[in-house]
Amino acid sequence: MSGSNLPTSDIGALLTFPHGVHPREYKELSCAGPIERMPFVDTYTLPLGQHIGAPSRPIVQVGQQVQRGELIAEPVGFVSVGLHSPVDGTVTAIELVDHLNGQLVQGIRIQTDRFSPQQFQQKPPADLDQMDHDQFIKGIQTAGIVGMGGAAFPAHVKFSLKPEQHVRVLMLNGCECEPFLTCDHRVMVEYAGELLDGTMILAKYLQPDRIVIAIEANKADAILVLREEIARQGYPIEVTPLEVKYPQGAEKMMISAILGEEVPTGKLPIDVGAMVSNVGTAVAISEYFRTGKPLMERVLTVSGTAVGRPSNVLVPIGTPMQEVVDFCGGLTHPEPRILLGGPMMGMVQKNLDVPVVKGTSGILALTDQEVVDPQTYSCIRCGRCVDACPIFLNPARLGLLARKGLWAEMEENHVMDCFECGSCSFICPSAIPLVQSFRVAKGLLREEKQRAKSAT
Amino acid sequence: MKTIISSSPFLRSDLSTPRIMWEVVITLLPVVGVATWYFGISALLMTLVCVVSSLWADILFMPSQPNRRWWGDGSAIITGILLAMCLPPGFPFWMAFLGGFVAIGMGKAMWGGLGQNVFNPALLGRAFLQAAFPGAITTWSAPGGGLFSLQGNNLALPFLKGEVVDATTGATPLSAMKFTHEVASWQDLLWGNVSGSLGETSGLLLLFLGGYLIWRGLINWRIPIGMILTVAVFSGILFLIDGHQYAPPQFMVLAGGLLLGAVYMATDLVSSPLTTKGIWTYAIGIGILVVMIRVWGGLPEGVMYAILLMNAVTPLLNRAFPTRVYGHAKAGA
Repeated sequence: MSGSNLPTSDIGALLTFPHGVHPREYKELSCAGPIERMPFVDTYTLPLGQHIGAPSRPIVQVGQQVQRGELIAEPVGFVSVGLHSPVDGTVTAIELVDHLNGQLVQGIRIQTDRFSPQQFQQKPPADLDQMDHDQFIKGIQTAGIVGMGGAAFPAHVKFSLKPEQHVRVLMLNGCECEPFLTCDHRVMVEYAGELLDGTMILAKYLQPDRIVIAIEANKADAILVLREEIARQGYPIEVTPLEVKYPQGAEKMMISAILGEEVPTGKLPIDVGAMVSNVGTAVAISEYFRTGKPLMERVLTVSGTAVGRPSNVLVPIGTPMQEVVDFCGGLTHPEPRILLGGPMMGMVQKNLDVPVVKGTSGILALTDQEVVDPQTYSCIRCGRCVDACPIFLNPARLGLLARKGLWAEMEENHVMDCFECGSCSFICPSAIPLVQSFRVAKGLLREEKQRAKSAT
Repeated sequence: MKTIISSSPFLRSDLSTPRIMWEVVITLLPVVGVATWYFGISALLMTLVCVVSSLWADILFMPSQPNRRWWGDGSAIITGILLAMCLPPGFPFWMAFLGGFVAIGMGKAMWGGLGQNVFNPALLGRAFLQAAFPGAITTWSAPGGGLFSLQGNNLALPFLKGEVVDATTGATPLSAMKFTHEVASWQDLLWGNVSGSLGETSGLLLLFLGGYLIWRGLINWRIPIGMILTVAVFSGILFLIDGHQYAPPQFMVLAGGLLLGAVYMATDLVSSPLTTKGIWTYAIGIGILVVMIRVWGGLPEGVMYAILLMNAVTPLLNRAFPTRVYGHAKAGA
């Protein structure tokens, strides 16, 4: 199923968390070949709100020439990051642009300069040895670096420690437990040096007791490449193989697997001394502090049976998704289902007329071969969902309460702890939309709380 | 481009509810086969009668399920086969037909259909028959008598005294133990060459099928293991206290409907608890009740009532033993 056929005994004992599910991996579609660079296209569209938090504020005017890697929008407030031009070109418009989920948001359009060699000319921010913690955090924010796993949470916010907080273990997340996605896998193999360098830069400022790179055992080649490089450089980094199981890459599950501890409800990983970051984020940190290259392009997986040539591509942020899919052989099916991210937690996308953003980890075009809409039956109380839920909820009971609209009872049964991994819906033999109804419940409960707050 | 408004996850496991039901039906076929081997064509016909009446009730009471196929989701077929397997070989067919109808009608449809019932429908049907026809359901015939000859009163007509067909009648091992203190050999019990309900006699086959169902993940292993161990330990203690008064544990485990109940009845997904602690309590509870009814009760056999009683407790067990949620100190906190 996976890219490497090495037996797991070569990489050592596997750690894991209790419960979880085993979806078909589909990784073989895209993990064999090297990462390809997407050629430059004519126009780029950069929505200002690509991250969680306040959208950035444009600092360029229409008609202005911009350079590749130049800051074109600055962060507004602390939970916000910078945005950079992916090409040498001209700003043609600052207007409402199509964003994911059919939203229209403010964005910057850039026309590529066709005669430019598109050489990267920015300089590293400052001497890394002279930089203090605040400058480091500021640097990550300016570089526009967000968590590359898909949530796009500003990285500098996570790395800002309060004085009383101490990092016992810095975990680099290379699990990539979502089916189809192989971009982290390829990044770990091909950017091993940058990944380890970025990790050491992070370690310098976070001062962890222990550094672990956690990788699912189906990426044995990445494990071996990283171990070799670590041995050569003499870094104090462990590479820990984890069992292939979904959702192994969820923060809480990784912490269970590696530390054998749970994050108390309502707390953050740092409260148990854990700092978890995606491997792609570490690569981005290394690139920025060594070469000055901000987060203006990312590696993403284009896969699914409706894609001509499934592969991993290094794509400038703002490239229209249609161009990326065309570069990967185009669509081979008249009516594919387009998903952004993985099939377990990703989102449906209506069409490909939207740009690649920082949180785009994958573009999947699936057919009925992979996605079926099965007939729904009554709950037969088989308990498979109870045995699947990684946080030990009782999805069968929650599903029953959701059907009756008993939101308050659902809250008593801890529906707010659900992080929507979808294991329950995946395993349910009666095809009951469990996690889907929990999403609705969580949304309504949050709304109610908001209303109650504004009423007082 | 096709847009279907839906949200993740988009992948589904291959195991669907009808497939679970059909897999269980397939594992029941050897049980029917062995019953036919020992009790002749009666076993086959009894199964047919019960399946037809169960399915008929299912179609009659629940006709409006969307996209319903004639066999529904397959669960009524399981109910029919299981009911037949816990009836005596010479049981009148018309009573069995009524039993299948009641099993689905009162055991399932009345509660709201698949997944809503508190009691195991097959056992509820059998409990109804036991209450309605106490004589017929305790008339046992010994194995043998030729493959194509009917057993006992199979063809008796409703409300008429049927012609009693000459057949070897024999006490079941449990009633022999209870009333005359004869202990059947465990070899006979293992192979199934004893009198009893159609599907319960061959211990070896049931153990094998139980293992297969556990391996396929179709039943929760804790239920049969918990039940059998409890019965073995509890009756073992009694046997150690007084070896003349009480039966040995291997007899208690292999005789009667314990294995059939442990593998196919108590493991019914709908009427057994959801959480691990609840499941253990349920399994151990059934084991204790089985021994208590068999040893101190008025009936020689207690598996049916033991399971039905614990079925009734299942909703309470689900409440009493909630799961401990990740990041919370203790269950329900």
